[in-house]
Amino acid sequence: MTDPRQSPSVAILASLPRRRRAEARFRLYGIAAIGIALGFLILLIGAIGAQGVGAVTQAEIALDVTFEQSVLDPSGGRDPETLSTANYRAVVRAALGDIFPEAVRKRRDRRRLMELVSVGAAFELRRLVLEDPAVIGRTMRVWVPADDEVDMLLKGATARDSGRFTEKQLSWLDRLEAEGRIRSTFNWRFFSNGDSREPELAGILGAISGSFFALMTCLVLSFPLGVMAAIYLEEFAPRNRWTDLIEININNLAAVPSIVFGLLGLAVFLGLMGLARSAPLVGGMVLALMTLPTIIIVTRASLGAVPPSIREAAIGLGASRVQAMLHHTLPLAMPGIMTGTIIGMARALGELAPLIMIGMVAFIVDVPQGPLDPASALPVQIYIWADSPERAFAEKTAAAIIVLLAFLIVMNLTAVILRWRFERRW
Amino acid sequence: MDMTPGDLVTKLTARGVNVFYDDAHALKQVDLDIRAHEVTALIGPSGCGKSTFLRCLNRMNDLIEICRVEGDIRLDGEDIYDPAVDLVYLRARIGMVFQKPNPFPKSIYDNVAYGPKIHGLARSRGDMDEIVASSLERAGLWEEVKDRLEAPATGLSGGQQQRLCIARAIAVRPEVILMDEPCSSLDPIATARIEALIDELKQNFTIVVVTHSMQQAARVSQRTAFFHLGDLVEVGDTDTVFTKPVDPRTEAYISGRIG
Repeated sequence: MTDPRQSPSVAILASLPRRRRAEARFRLYGIAAIGIALGFLILLIGAIGAQGVGAVTQAEIALDVTFEQSVLDPSGGRDPETLSTANYRAVVRAALGDIFPEAVRKRRDRRRLMELVSVGAAFELRRLVLEDPAVIGRTMRVWVPADDEVDMLLKGATARDSGRFTEKQLSWLDRLEAEGRIRSTFNWRFFSNGDSREPELAGILGAISGSFFALMTCLVLSFPLGVMAAIYLEEFAPRNRWTDLIEININNLAAVPSIVFGLLGLAVFLGLMGLARSAPLVGGMVLALMTLPTIIIVTRASLGAVPPSIREAAIGLGASRVQAMLHHTLPLAMPGIMTGTIIGMARALGELAPLIMIGMVAFIVDVPQGPLDPASALPVQIYIWADSPERAFAEKTAAAIIVLLAFLIVMNLTAVILRWRFERRW
Repeated sequence: MDMTPGDLVTKLTARGVNVFYDDAHALKQVDLDIRAHEVTALIGPSGCGKSTFLRCLNRMNDLIEICRVEGDIRLDGEDIYDPAVDLVYLRARIGMVFQKPNPFPKSIYDNVAYGPKIHGLARSRGDMDEIVASSLERAGLWEEVKDRLEAPATGLSGGQQQRLCIARAIAVRPEVILMDEPCSSLDPIATARIEALIDELKQNFTIVVVTHSMQQAARVSQRTAFFHLGDLVEVGDTDTVFTKPVDPRTEAYISGRIG
């Protein structure tokens, strides 16, 4: 470069190695960035997975239960009311006493013994009796869930000398194990139960169906409203100060923190309109408010991405503007609209803050059957469990996160497949 | 109206047409008659207003929000800018072929059938098949596509796509066909086919074609209108315009000194 008369090719050749190095360096930065991001992702999923895998199994204890007529149905009338309010805890206690006759003499030992099995054992026996009252008077082997602390111990999450168990309790457990009365089974309760204070009985079905009803409400409200609003704004509205104002506001709404929508829902849907607290219907309405701007923006972008030549072709043939839009622009924009909607729904699925505001954070045991039943939602359930002191809830929390992530992955994958399947080229 | 070629009947008349894009004066006081069953070529350098004028004739400029059209344009004596005019009916009578081939991303059949379908021109599936076949035939595309009518139109070559667009336009059986530089994105062979087609189509249709190729204007048109900077400079029989232009600007353009 010092000699201005130097031939350009010499200068270019001299600069080539430097440019190649710069390019190689730049690529390396990119690969490093992707590598680091992937590393964090694997770390995250790995950590959650490692913790959540324990929730897949649950320890159960075999009891030889005698369904004593004198305890369950003294009158012998097989009245469902009597059967469902009977003292099943006594039946459980008697069954444990059969295994450890020496332990039932002292009241304290009896209590310690009862701590080994879940409170849910009594519910399980009641379910058996109500399903088939003929079991009364018979003795049969029943596998009942172990207490969550026992479960943790058997999974190795708690050390034997942690002080959570007395020497006696440990010896009883050893005996149960030696007699083949302890097994580890697939934890179907996690997928078929609602929430519970007892970790071994807690399940996510209630949260899943709450989320389902909320998302359906959200979709039914926000999709037609959003698409219609976007079509009007993009295809028919005149460009003036008012539509500019609307557009700016929609863009701003998309950036509003979701808790603000929750407050709005609390004030309007619960306060003003007096709708039911904790209902997925209201949750869905709030999520719809939140998703609406996203759907409008995505739909407008998809409509705008359809080449104007297609619309001109239709209009040049004498199609009305509505026909050109319905027959050509909208179908071509549909994959984009659906992709955006699914991604919006996925965002709504993971949303917690607005649901807290409208009371969906309550402790609800029953699985909701409709959008008006009180319910929680998946992120709410995670939040509640993460906050619970029982150690066994840690693995439930992780498992619930995995379930939530699985739903999100399925939804996003659907979006990708839709885009890939219906993408048209012109 | 049943015309035989050669009758000098005026199909479209434009009087005092002014077009503004916001404040830009794109067309100035244009008076032009377009005769039935002739090919009228609109020529001129880029930005001269020829495409703008063409789009006034079927009111495609209505789609452009900032565009304002003044003046009087009549189709068979009826004012097409009358508020009572139905745009759907107007555009069914005046078809259009665009600069870039713009088939719908559907099948070849559906492309041609779309116009007749929305206007209710076919009473049965058989009718529609007939319209599609005859339109493709008249556009000179039938032989190439008759075995793959259900294939996507976007898979055709550029020249085939443009002929498909012509078939799509004539399927509605318009009276006038407007063509906006129909060959500008095509190679010479495809161009020659389209030009031959235009020549044939004037038997049945009145054709207005915008072109920036003077050779093309000379080959296909009977009358030529030369636009320059928004003015209609000169209009006359194509032979006269190209051999004995009256205005010095026309002469400068066709001899290649401006444009």
